[in-house]
Amino acid sequence: MSKTQVTVTPGTHEIVLTREFDAAPDVVYAALTDPAVVPSWWGPHGLTTKVEEMDVRPGGRWRFVQRDADGNEFGFNGVYHSVQPRRVVQTFEFEGMPGHVMLDTMTLEDLGGRTRLVDQSVFQSVEDRDGMVASGMQDGASQSHDRLDTILAGRTT
Amino acid sequence: MTDSLSQTFAALADPTRRTILGQLAMRGEATVNELAEPFPISLQAVSKHLKVLENAGLISRGRDAQFRPCRMEGEPLAQAAEWIEVQRQLWVDRLDRLDVAVQRVRRQREELQS
Repeated sequence: MSKTQVTVTPGTHEIVLTREFDAAPDVVYAALTDPAVVPSWWGPHGLTTKVEEMDVRPGGRWRFVQRDADGNEFGFNGVYHSVQPRRVVQTFEFEGMPGHVMLDTMTLEDLGGRTRLVDQSVFQSVEDRDGMVASGMQDGASQSHDRLDTILAGRTT
Repeated sequence: MTDSLSQTFAALADPTRRTILGQLAMRGEATVNELAEPFPISLQAVSKHLKVLENAGLISRGRDAQFRPCRMEGEPLAQAAEWIEVQRQLWVDRLDRLDVAVQRVRRQREELQS
């Protein structure tokens, strides 16, 4: 059922996701930028997401806090650099790895009542890309995370 | 930091090395001379690439001192593929939930309009 395309080019620091939505671009934009809607889709299953701050305009900050069943909290924050109806550029930082900042560009293409979302995430290094996944591990809830655990445990350092 | 996954991705981040791996995937086993054939670069340069692939565990080399045939090793590639799959799943899950949110916003708007 999933219509998401993921592009991870070896040797680059980016991940590009492409997905089409059966709704006009302004509806997708609203779901992406409305603080009341964000908690319903942002976090992984098993964690609640609280929007602490979400000032969607150039220079505005955002900060989300995720909480797991044991009460552990994980903060994420960033700054909106460019906010347009069809293009949002923002930074992303996991507070567990301060200083490791990802640049995220979301582009909404109008397909006539439908929308193609292209989400490009650029990490500072391949290690940061790995680290981002490692941060998701703290959840431990989803199957993906459990499998990630297995992978990371298999690493030699 | 030299964890195995970073080494794998670094080793793959070169077109010559990817071609060498492709050759080994097809041929099973090959010597340095055989692998160097299609490239306009020195044997030494090819040996360097092989060293990187070997350090990343992507290939192994025979003990025969003179020829030391190279063979591809599947495990690091499988780990890299699994990492990409996990990464893919994390983001796909999020976008699946976003899709649900988008449809909810759309319905709310349609209700407001009617």
